[in-house]
Amino acid sequence: MKNHVLRPLFVVIAIVVGILLIRTALVPVDFGVYERGYMYGWHRKSNEEDWKTVRVKYKTAKVCWECHDDKYREIKDSAHGSISCENCHGPAYDHPKDPLGLSIDRSRDLCIRCHSYLPYKTSDRGSIPGINPETHYPQAQCILCHIPHNPKPMNQKREVKS
Amino acid sequence: MMNRREFCKKAMIAVGGLALPLAAFEVFDPGTLRAEKDARGKTRWAFLVDTQKCVGCGFCVKACKIENEVPYDANVTRTWVERYVITRDGKTYIDSPKGGRDGFTTTKIDQNLHGMHDIKSEDITKAFFVPKLCNQCDNPPCVQVCPVGATYQTEDGVVLVDRTWCIGCGYCIMGCPYSVRFFHPIYHVAEKCNFCYHRISKGMKTACVDACPFGARRIGNLRDPDDPVTKIIMTERVNVLKEEYGTKPQVFYLGFSKEVK
Repeated sequence: MKNHVLRPLFVVIAIVVGILLIRTALVPVDFGVYERGYMYGWHRKSNEEDWKTVRVKYKTAKVCWECHDDKYREIKDSAHGSISCENCHGPAYDHPKDPLGLSIDRSRDLCIRCHSYLPYKTSDRGSIPGINPETHYPQAQCILCHIPHNPKPMNQKREVKS
Repeated sequence: MMNRREFCKKAMIAVGGLALPLAAFEVFDPGTLRAEKDARGKTRWAFLVDTQKCVGCGFCVKACKIENEVPYDANVTRTWVERYVITRDGKTYIDSPKGGRDGFTTTKIDQNLHGMHDIKSEDITKAFFVPKLCNQCDNPPCVQVCPVGATYQTEDGVVLVDRTWCIGCGYCIMGCPYSVRFFHPIYHVAEKCNFCYHRISKGMKTACVDACPFGARRIGNLRDPDDPVTKIIMTERVNVLKEEYGTKPQVFYLGFSKEVK
């Protein structure tokens, strides 16, 4: 075959080789087919480790109890015993090192997440003791009268009962 | 000189050669073949939601947003809680203000353009809350449509997104029948629930499971026959969302109702 026929072929081969070279430089070495096969497992393996290193913010109540066992004894048998400490006290991060103290959410908005009464009998929500936040002392913080760690009606703060 | 017949012959050979996919030249790799034959590891994460126990407090949504660094006030979330109220006249009202992040504190139901709709308690026949999250499907359509291999499934069944590799085309967001994916407002890549992969791989529970005071959310390992969650999934009447799509979702619901979509 004559040169002028083959010449474009060489150009095409050079382009293909160039693309393949650039590809090997750009694609990470650990990019490939893993456990879930080509359809679902085609990925960069080290990304799994990237996700595992995300910082844990919520350390769970068990970690809180290691130091605050007095609070644990106070709350464990109360109706609020199943609520994780961090739901109201905020995520622990690396407390007590960082942050030194936690910011407690004492707002009404927090309590009415469960205790705003909704008439839903086909859900457990309907059986939680609740109030109408628009009429039940709307200006007051709930914790003025109620003790969140031991919330039985009988355990309202002394000054309220008198 | 090339005559016409010869030219046609050569052209057909060339076209035939070009049409051969690159994959045809791939050498058989026994490891890859074995992987594609449904290899089974020791762990397969699954989720169990009890819609009777959920009271719509929204602590799960709050904890998820903080734990997974999803901007708190942006209207996107990896998990959310929907409220279903079915009335005497057969209508279904559904809402999820801010994904339920601040809980459900009023009987008024957000109907978007039609404003807030208050339903009298005597008109309610059924009312309940349904937490939603990524179903970590066995046949994840979001992974199938990714053109670059940025989203994938791990051996233990969790679908992850490679933030450095995602090009932000949004195919997976369109492809998910459960609408669990969204664009991360900061990284501008696809974002989704990954069962708190950093927590479950350390032996912890997900942030939403730990935040739920009512045990409405639970996570377990389907390959462990002694796992309490697995026992419930195997022996009790559980259901999944949109089974007809063939995605094989791995989030199971107790107390399901036909109104839930």
